[in-house]
Amino acid sequence: MKPFLKLTASAATALIFLSGANPSFARAPQAAATADAAAQSAPTASWPEFSGYKRYHGNCSVCHGFDGLGGTFAPNLTKSLKTLDHDAFMEVLVNGRQNGNLAMPAFGADPNVMCFAEDIYTYLKARSDDKLGRGRPSPQPKKPADVAAAENACLGL
Amino acid sequence: MRNGTFSRLALALAFSAATASAAFANDELQALQKDANQWVMPLGNYSGTRYSELAQINKDNVKDLRVAWSFSTGVLRGHEGGPLVIGNMMYVHSPFPNKVFALDLSRNGAIAWSYEPKQDNKTIAVMCCDTVNRGVAYADGKIFLHQADTTLVALDAKTGAVVWSVKNGDPTKGETGTAAPFVVGDKVLIGNSGGEFGVRGHMTAYDLKTGKLIWRAYSSGPDADTLIDPVKTTSMGKPVGKDSGMAGWKGDQWKLGGGTTWGWTSYDPKTNLIYYGSGNPGAWNPVQRPGDNRWSMSIFARDANTGKAKWIYQMTPHDEWDYDGVNEMILVDKPIKGKTRNLLVHFDRNGFAYTLDRVTGELISGEKFDPAVNWASSIDIKTGLPQRVAKYSTEGNGEDVVTEGVCPAALGSKDQQPAAYSPKTGLLYIPGNHVCMNYEPTKVAYVAGSPYVGANLTMFPPKGETNLGRFAAFDAESNKVVWEAKEPFSVWSGALATAGDIVFYGTMEGYLKAVDAKTGKELYKFKTPSGIIGNINTYTYNGKQYVAVLSGVGGWAAIGMAAGLSGDQEGLGAVGAYRSLSQYTNLGGALTVFELP
Repeated sequence: MKPFLKLTASAATALIFLSGANPSFARAPQAAATADAAAQSAPTASWPEFSGYKRYHGNCSVCHGFDGLGGTFAPNLTKSLKTLDHDAFMEVLVNGRQNGNLAMPAFGADPNVMCFAEDIYTYLKARSDDKLGRGRPSPQPKKPADVAAAENACLGL
Repeated sequence: MRNGTFSRLALALAFSAATASAAFANDELQALQKDANQWVMPLGNYSGTRYSELAQINKDNVKDLRVAWSFSTGVLRGHEGGPLVIGNMMYVHSPFPNKVFALDLSRNGAIAWSYEPKQDNKTIAVMCCDTVNRGVAYADGKIFLHQADTTLVALDAKTGAVVWSVKNGDPTKGETGTAAPFVVGDKVLIGNSGGEFGVRGHMTAYDLKTGKLIWRAYSSGPDADTLIDPVKTTSMGKPVGKDSGMAGWKGDQWKLGGGTTWGWTSYDPKTNLIYYGSGNPGAWNPVQRPGDNRWSMSIFARDANTGKAKWIYQMTPHDEWDYDGVNEMILVDKPIKGKTRNLLVHFDRNGFAYTLDRVTGELISGEKFDPAVNWASSIDIKTGLPQRVAKYSTEGNGEDVVTEGVCPAALGSKDQQPAAYSPKTGLLYIPGNHVCMNYEPTKVAYVAGSPYVGANLTMFPPKGETNLGRFAAFDAESNKVVWEAKEPFSVWSGALATAGDIVFYGTMEGYLKAVDAKTGKELYKFKTPSGIIGNINTYTYNGKQYVAVLSGVGGWAAIGMAAGLSGDQEGLGAVGAYRSLSQYTNLGGALTVFELP
């Protein structure tokens, strides 16, 4: 069990990009993933976008709704990301947020989210920018070979 | 003066006396739950039938129903459960921050007292499916509130003063409280929530007078924890054997075993047995937890005094779809093959209606109550096992593979919204969902206090259909749906059947509806301020019948429906937009009370 991390935006960002510093938070190599996806026949989404779609719907959609469109108790992220920049997004993701009877959990200590934080951001940004539509991106981009091992290492599985 | 007002007041006063004994308290509730003038527990009575003998409002005059008065809870988010009525007082609760209001019916619903606990806002963040609360309980002159942070508090029903308070669990590990307390004899029973956080489920009994813990029965683990007897406790007629709550797990995975007990409890005074169900096992990724995962997804029959399990029936061993078994257990006595039996009827999330002998735990039948159900073809009555359909097995298809078109969705063919039973028609009335899903298991690591799910879901209506909900009348003797009313959204509201030959339910757009109990014909509807996911009740005051319901859209049902399900994979196109709940209603907790002119 890890203690909840209290981090500032810059520290959070540093953590995300500090692959290798803490093996349990080493994120999947994004650049390689993008290159692989681009080599496929007309994928609608890059690997990070697709991975983000999956992880978003595994961890976030219960409150934020399918496809980032919001629920009755958490905001529509396709709107939020029009004003919330990358660092501010990461700050909220890591530290959580309280606003009256609304509360966003702090995911800073949760590898299920932090290992894919960049992917989730990438996916939501693409949704916010109308680059990606609703539903599961299809055809599915190919998962780069090195990603699976990196995911398992990050998740500690 | 209204019929019986004096005796009711006298009764309430008598039982609030500090000298009332435990047995006395038991007698009190047993008598009160039979009095149709009051509504003393969320399911109306110990048998969980949500049936009222009141018939002033009936199928001929219900069309004239009108609003008598209304009340705002001042809280947004999902309002599940419903008000209680004891004597001249109505007790209304809210989602987090879990306010309680005592409304004085003799003063047009003026606030006699209100209570708002102090709770850490962090608790909100570990509630998987909105900050719902399914209601308070009454006994012995006290109102029992089960707070989101797992505190069980006893309030003086007259003043709202705290009599005692006890902590049932640890919200920093994701353990929360949403279930209504349930009083039997001298004990207050509560179940826990947190099945999406690897919480280990348990049912706990506290002393009615002091809040002292009397017994706790876990859903998984060694016999000493589960209060299961290897010889005397049976499942499908056979002894369960030693440490059965550990047997169906790999290693010590039972410690993250889920099986939370966030639904409803029923009670049979004749046998002193309580009945309730357990929820999903550990993570939603079945590949990560081999075994039967006992006793998740199970019906428990336990002795109310000791918590010892008499029998257990696991409906969905090794769950692969999140089909929690927590829905209400309806206790009815009906003829089966010409002989009257003491039955338990349960409409499970997995889409099967189970009928068991509630004394012995014998499985009598298990039949689909929604024809869309496809994950299993039938229930084998000899073994009790569902006959699974391989192509819908999320375990069989494996991790990172999308299993498509599973019906029902994780929401179930029916969720916690309790059904009703009318002894007049002999029919059960099911508020239902009509939603299917794609389900993709993914690897997930356990972190205390963080979601432990590991599955990626999308939801949509069954192929070729557009309605996401239905309200159905079911005959438990023939196992047939007698009639059904299609609804555009899930019917997430607890039903009420009355001797007036009508059945009430609420819709997520906000309608309170009354339908003919025999035919399902709609007789009345009224659009309340917000979507209804609460349960309807009825009572009398000054000899006049009223119907009450909490509105306040939210809860798990509203997820996805708030913005509309995509439905892309089903080619529904424009219908997807129509399916956006936000076009019909908005947040806001409000009580609406109805009367005849």
